[in-house]
Amino acid sequence: MASVSLLSTKGLTRHFGGLKAVNQVDFEIRTGEIRALIGPNGAGKTTFVSLLSGRITPTSGSIEFLGADITDDPAHKRVRDGIAYTFQITSIYGTLTAYENVELSVQSALRRSPRPAGMSGHALLRRKTLEALDRVGLGDRAGERAGTMSYGHQRLLEVAMGLALEPKLLILDEPTQGLSDGEIENFCTLVKEIARSATVLLIEHNMPVVMQLADTITVLDHGEILASGTPEEIRANEAVQAAYLGAA
Amino acid sequence: MTNSHPVRVLALHVGVIVLLFLLQFVLPDYHHLAMTRVMVLAVYAMGYNMLFGYTGLLSLGHAMFFAAGLYGAGLTAYYTDWGVPLAFLIGIGCGFVLSLLIGLISLRTSGVAFMIVTMMFAQVAYLTTTYFTDYTRGEEGLTMPQSARSFDLLGLHVDLTDAGQRYNLALGMLALALLVIFLVVKGPIGRVLIAIRENEPRTLMLGYDTFRLKLMALVISGTISAMAGAAYALLFAYIGATFASIQYSIEALLFTLLGGAGTILGPLLGTMAMFYMIDITSEYTSAYLLVTGVALVLLVLYFPKGILGTIRERWWPWLP
Repeated sequence: MASVSLLSTKGLTRHFGGLKAVNQVDFEIRTGEIRALIGPNGAGKTTFVSLLSGRITPTSGSIEFLGADITDDPAHKRVRDGIAYTFQITSIYGTLTAYENVELSVQSALRRSPRPAGMSGHALLRRKTLEALDRVGLGDRAGERAGTMSYGHQRLLEVAMGLALEPKLLILDEPTQGLSDGEIENFCTLVKEIARSATVLLIEHNMPVVMQLADTITVLDHGEILASGTPEEIRANEAVQAAYLGAA
Repeated sequence: MTNSHPVRVLALHVGVIVLLFLLQFVLPDYHHLAMTRVMVLAVYAMGYNMLFGYTGLLSLGHAMFFAAGLYGAGLTAYYTDWGVPLAFLIGIGCGFVLSLLIGLISLRTSGVAFMIVTMMFAQVAYLTTTYFTDYTRGEEGLTMPQSARSFDLLGLHVDLTDAGQRYNLALGMLALALLVIFLVVKGPIGRVLIAIRENEPRTLMLGYDTFRLKLMALVISGTISAMAGAAYALLFAYIGATFASIQYSIEALLFTLLGGAGTILGPLLGTMAMFYMIDITSEYTSAYLLVTGVALVLLVLYFPKGILGTIRERWWPWLP
């Protein structure tokens, strides 16, 4: 596995009034890894990845992606640079079909990659859209209206939209929340498959999923990094146990 | 996968234009003129629909764009001898510049704030037309001079007092607006505009610069509405402050809602239906606006998607 830094933050801070949601975070993620970000409720996980994806702006600190400072870049530009974010609360286009949902992602991705010779833009758009749907196992549901799909399928659609952006870094915000055990198992297989072409940053509460998938785990508590290490190291870490179990 | 029926869609739109063309040979004088007005106002509503129906931005100030075209063209025709075609283009240009400026400011807001900001700017525009009453004659307005009632273009002599020529100019503009809107809405950009309407935060996180796209939609919308205003001034030879009033902003919304927001032909149908609803009821009662009001309440209650929106939902899912 390459150990090139894909994204890093220095002193990244976001305050909401008096609340230090994210405080002086130095973080680094290397190309190709699956990184899990865990922590108790209110630890600042979602705020942290929102800072990475540009949905909110930091109070101070900086973010570097592929060696370039992206701290001041708007969210849509970061997506084009290769940071894709899938929403914690499913955010799809309910009135459009699954196909149309993913098509919007592919259309966005195609704007930055040159079109292969001998293929019309329309055919390419269609092929890539169906490919992304197939990868998450929704190929036979392409024509279904997204809003009427089951919750599990909507989560998969959300992932397909992230995948179709052909990201370098895919941020998954609590992707297994609300899924059944069977669905979670399929999902883990999918994430491993995704990790072969993209770096994955995963916010997750489900510990078995985290332990199974993550190469490295970063623990966030009160907006600060409490610990970082392999799953085994984190499991053995006393400060992490204290944060989770509320020990003094 | 996607329901596209290009042949049906093409046949429908060409059919509508052909039907409107043929109508002029059978319509009595009164309805001939009425339909000319309806077509011009329909272009105004179609511009409005571009922003409201497809992009999901509810403006309560579109009269300012209509008025920008109206005054841009009308004042040019009244005070200069530059000719009708140039006056028309200046009217459109005024709408383009105004919508760009208003867009840059108002699109910093969304939802209710956007409605209020556009309404306030339209109010400013209305008051501006009355403030410069020395030039515009305010509510009383200006009637175009004889010199602006005809022009020569590409060897053709066009007489704007001729009802038939006026009808066909209005029809030509309607066909042009239909084509432009169709190309924008059914193309890749239209797909993203609808995505913004359905879920803007998601669209931003798919890598689309939603501000720029909304600005583009507003400029296309405002410019088409201004084109209708410019045509109104030049075809019917009158400009007045009433056209900049809040009533005209609301009418664009009502025409669009009635016909079906987010359908290409909806605004045309809505304009026609509203025009004739008022026309017919006013023959029987002086309380015709009450009848219209009740009809609109019923519409919102039972057919919130408007005439074509309902038809699309129930029978013709391919309707663009």
